[in-house]
Amino acid sequence: MSQGSMAQSASSSVDYNMDVVRWGAIATVFWGVVGFLVGDVIAWQLAFPVLNFDIEYLNFGRLRPLHTSAVVFAFGGNALLATSFYVVQRTCRASLFGGKALPAFVFWGYQLFIVMAAIGYVTGVTQGREYAEPEWFVDLWLTLVWVCYLAIFVGTLLKRQEPHIYVANWFYLAFIVTIAMLHLGNNLAVPVSFFGAKSYSMFSGVQDALTQWWYGHNAVGFFLTAGFLGMMYYFVPKRANRPVYSYRLSIIHFWALIFLYIWAGPHHLHYTALPDWAQTLGMTFSIMLWMPSWGGMINGLMTLSGAWDKLRTDPVLRFMVAAIGFYGMSTFEGPVMSIKAVNGLSHYTDWTVGHVHSGALGWVAFISFGAIYFLIPVLWNRERLYSMRLVAYHFWLGTIGIVLYITSMWVSGIMQGLMWRAYDDLGFLQYSFIETVEAMHPYYIIRAFGGFLFLLGALIMVWNVYKTIRGDVRRSEPIGEADAIAAAAAR
Amino acid sequence: MLLKKHALVEKNVFLLVLGIFLTVIVGGIVEIVPLFTMEQTIEKVNGVRPYSPLEQAGRNIYLREGCYNCHSQQIRPFRDEVERYGHYSLAAESMYDHPFQWGSKRTGPDLARVGGKYSNDWHVAHLIDPRSVVPESIMPGYPFLANRDLKFDDAAAHLSTLRVVGVPYSDEQIELAVADLHLQATANEDYDDFLARYPNAATGDFDGNPDRLTEMDALVAYLQVLGRMVDFTTYNPQLNLR
Repeated sequence: MSQGSMAQSASSSVDYNMDVVRWGAIATVFWGVVGFLVGDVIAWQLAFPVLNFDIEYLNFGRLRPLHTSAVVFAFGGNALLATSFYVVQRTCRASLFGGKALPAFVFWGYQLFIVMAAIGYVTGVTQGREYAEPEWFVDLWLTLVWVCYLAIFVGTLLKRQEPHIYVANWFYLAFIVTIAMLHLGNNLAVPVSFFGAKSYSMFSGVQDALTQWWYGHNAVGFFLTAGFLGMMYYFVPKRANRPVYSYRLSIIHFWALIFLYIWAGPHHLHYTALPDWAQTLGMTFSIMLWMPSWGGMINGLMTLSGAWDKLRTDPVLRFMVAAIGFYGMSTFEGPVMSIKAVNGLSHYTDWTVGHVHSGALGWVAFISFGAIYFLIPVLWNRERLYSMRLVAYHFWLGTIGIVLYITSMWVSGIMQGLMWRAYDDLGFLQYSFIETVEAMHPYYIIRAFGGFLFLLGALIMVWNVYKTIRGDVRRSEPIGEADAIAAAAAR
Repeated sequence: MLLKKHALVEKNVFLLVLGIFLTVIVGGIVEIVPLFTMEQTIEKVNGVRPYSPLEQAGRNIYLREGCYNCHSQQIRPFRDEVERYGHYSLAAESMYDHPFQWGSKRTGPDLARVGGKYSNDWHVAHLIDPRSVVPESIMPGYPFLANRDLKFDDAAAHLSTLRVVGVPYSDEQIELAVADLHLQATANEDYDDFLARYPNAATGDFDGNPDRLTEMDALVAYLQVLGRMVDFTTYNPQLNLR
């Protein structure tokens, strides 16, 4: 049975609301390209500062928040909206709570949030808090949208016709609930006037710093991890056509993950004016976090047991499995970097940037690409994707781009950290700061080129998605994939 | 076995939501709340004062341009950092920073103690065209700051708001906010009363253009106060172990 007819036969009994999922899938692809493009632009700016053009709207300082928010909240956020609305309906055998109107409000309200935030960044309306830059009125709007999102999700779970709530939904629910808590906690601020954009944060200095990183680290933990684990728990078993490896492991690693993640924030503040006890506590929990993280990786990878051969023939599954691999790698690297002795070297350098991107590009983006490639034919009732060969091209361009990105950032980050602390024979600092900047130039070019490859892959996805939605099918397939398609068609 | 009981939360949405909420709230409470209640969290120092209106205006421009994306304001207690940048940062030094600007990345150098290290003229030249003074710099230029009048007529409202969130501005400081804003950036005035309100503030024309109060004036005034408030001759680290 093709994916498209599968969706039809299931939807005969329940009137699923797939409109909002379709919009979300398109928005994911759109904002993904925007976010990757801005990211690559600012990567080139670091290599060639003339590209700032000294115009305030194009300067690195304003475009960098645009990039981070576009990829995290616009691309990642829409991927989570679309997939959570899809998964919760299918695993509950119930249509979305709130009819047509409430989900539509959440989707369009969320796009409005993105646009308001983006305009703010470019015009300099910002709270100056990393990953929480939108000002108070945008925050209030997002709060309203988010409460409706939670209501839809919980309402749909209440309507379910299955006795159990499926594991993917635990993760989506943890993501929605915790992001609400973090958003409210970190954005407490007093506006200067009711009609002005400017506000001042409620907290200052050291308390503000830890509140911000309690938020910042768990934007990673719950937006970019828990939510996407929910995605993994649905789409990997579906695509591999295998059950989840271990139910027991999923219970243990779910509760351990969401409990431990919250504590890890202080590792962003090692050796700062944050009291030592808080730093040590943050480090300890960060190291412990390695275990539940790998619990998720093991559960995802082992789901492939008995279906590993599909990796050779199905590039969509390859995206998902590579994503889990990158997830395992960056959740190992993270605890290592949270150790104070390591952090003393890595902090403030490109090593951190590389680490973030192995998670963001390798895990978040790849699992999203896998889910998008799975969903597009289903949502538009197509027999299959326009071209599997283009998916394979996308996979390899993306993978090579990531490898170039993270290896160049390892080298430049560790090199710069070592140069900062280098002493000459007479006991003087060996390098001035600007010499360390100069030394990183080649790596900035390699990084920007890696980002370009990643963007190129995403553009291939745009074409493939567009052609699939139009209903076109490309018959020429890479060697070895014809069998897979025949096998998929036979199912 | 306990795992069997898990069916309870798997079948009841409200139990699941409650369980998630209770699980994720613990870490934040244990780590963050004590920072507000333990007295030794912020060191006892002399000299830290609220920002002058001009410095605060400059700080807002620092935020607006996203300087924190590339510059930290937090010196770690390492030999190389202390020799490169100066005394390691204290929590007390950012106690009036709403929001904090410690940063997370040093694409450019740390700025926690940049105040007084360079002349106003150097800062202006550097901000207009960084490569005119540091040829290898990759910082963007900010020429527009010098051409734009500073808009901070509502300085009093800003200071009042900051007082609401805990910065101890006096009634006098709020009343004189706009006057102080202009006075600090005007050359050859009588600054005695102003300096009584804002000790150690840098005064005079900052941007090399005495006729106008520009955003450049404000940003340079802010940069020149960074790290210069604490009197380290009276600071005893042994009394402030945390």
